[in-house]
Amino acid sequence: MANNKIGIQTIKLTNPPSIIAANAIVGPKEGKGPLAKNFDIVLEDDLYGEASWEKAESKMAIETVKSAVLKAKVYLEDIDYFVAGDLLNQLMASSFAARELQIPYFGLFGACSTMTEALSLAAMMVDGGYADYVVAATSSHFSAAERQFRFPLELGNQRPLTAQWTVTGAGAAVLTKNSGGPNITHITTGKVIDYGITDAYNMGAAMAPAAVDTIKAHLRDTGFTSESYDLIITGDLGIIGMDIAKEMLVKEGINVKNNFSDCGVEIFNHFEQDTHAGGSGCGCSAVVFCGYLYRLLKEKKIRKLLLVSTGALLSPTSLHQGESIPSIAHAVTIESNL
Amino acid sequence: MDNNQYQQKDKYQKLVEKRAPKPNYWKNGIWAFGIGGAICVIGQCIHNKIELIMNLSHLDATNATILIMILIGALLTGLGFYDLIGKKAGAGSIIPITGFANSIVAPAMEFKREGYVFGVAARMFILAGPVLVYGITSSVIVGIIYYFYNS
Repeated sequence: MANNKIGIQTIKLTNPPSIIAANAIVGPKEGKGPLAKNFDIVLEDDLYGEASWEKAESKMAIETVKSAVLKAKVYLEDIDYFVAGDLLNQLMASSFAARELQIPYFGLFGACSTMTEALSLAAMMVDGGYADYVVAATSSHFSAAERQFRFPLELGNQRPLTAQWTVTGAGAAVLTKNSGGPNITHITTGKVIDYGITDAYNMGAAMAPAAVDTIKAHLRDTGFTSESYDLIITGDLGIIGMDIAKEMLVKEGINVKNNFSDCGVEIFNHFEQDTHAGGSGCGCSAVVFCGYLYRLLKEKKIRKLLLVSTGALLSPTSLHQGESIPSIAHAVTIESNL
Repeated sequence: MDNNQYQQKDKYQKLVEKRAPKPNYWKNGIWAFGIGGAICVIGQCIHNKIELIMNLSHLDATNATILIMILIGALLTGLGFYDLIGKKAGAGSIIPITGFANSIVAPAMEFKREGYVFGVAARMFILAGPVLVYGITSSVIVGIIYYFYNS
């Protein structure tokens, strides 16, 4: 068996890599939410001076990577790999960002779970001695996602109450060998789970079983208890999905009463901002982690965090062909000091 | 898939249904009635005026009214108001002809960035297309039935 593998789905990193810098850029709506003061840049215009939503998203990815690298006090040329993903067809935002940044690039698609997927792979590269510096980044844009997955913006339709709001934002984290906290210590890679939900306007419910499955696998493999975490936070289950996940975890005998939350729930004031069931998208867990949670880890207000980004692996084609929504969740343990 | 997994899925669907918030049908219905009704009242006023001022027959006045309502729907979409009306009114602003105009103008605006051929022109009917196809098909079928029934 592989040296660093524990249990069935988990890796324990021998030399836990440090996240030495993180940066988050968000759109105007996120900038009015409860976490506003944690973000490095809040855009005034969600086009970001570009000609299209897709290019605006790509620019957010570029700028957040540049800022994160600057914060890490290294040069772009020092970065060995850029691992990134987004929601657009053929990873337009990330690939176009990679074209500009000129860093060797791995494009990832894990839908909204991409942030922890990127962090997992980046941590493995650094731990394995394959890279000195790796940037993990993801982005999403409300308007770009709407036109690809749903309806034109100006269409006069009603969003169901279970619908979630794609976060406009991009987050990037720079990883290197251990040089002080926060460190990534464990990685649990999720399996694709499908409980037969077909409603694309209720993705939280589709993804909740995947989050539960990964959290269960993580606790089983590592032998940790849920109480050993200061916070277990899922990516974008939203209000409904988070409730369902909590109920399922409690049924499994996992106590998550006081230390469980969701990035999609934290990022908006749902009633005032009219976001219905909560935030979603690759950018959701990216900006909440790179902006808010990273600061809490740095300030040691959180000592041990389980970040579980959740992704709904659907496409407009699969939906129109009547398929249900396969979902995935990846977990990474991040500790403020070792 | 074994039986156990089917049962699990079934149970989960029920849990999700229980947890999903229900829309307020009464409130939505009243909004749809109010705004949908208002659109129709505006249409009727325009119709009456046209009939009176331009001295057109009832049918010609109807055609002119439809044109004006489409113009209003398209204009409000372009100015960015129709989606706000639709958010409150739901079916009340989708069903009238102004909603049909909205469903054509909205994608045309959205996909302008892909150019006038593959963007505007190709995508303009992504929402209205099915309505036209089935609308025209059913009118032809009804027409044929009517023809044979009368002969």
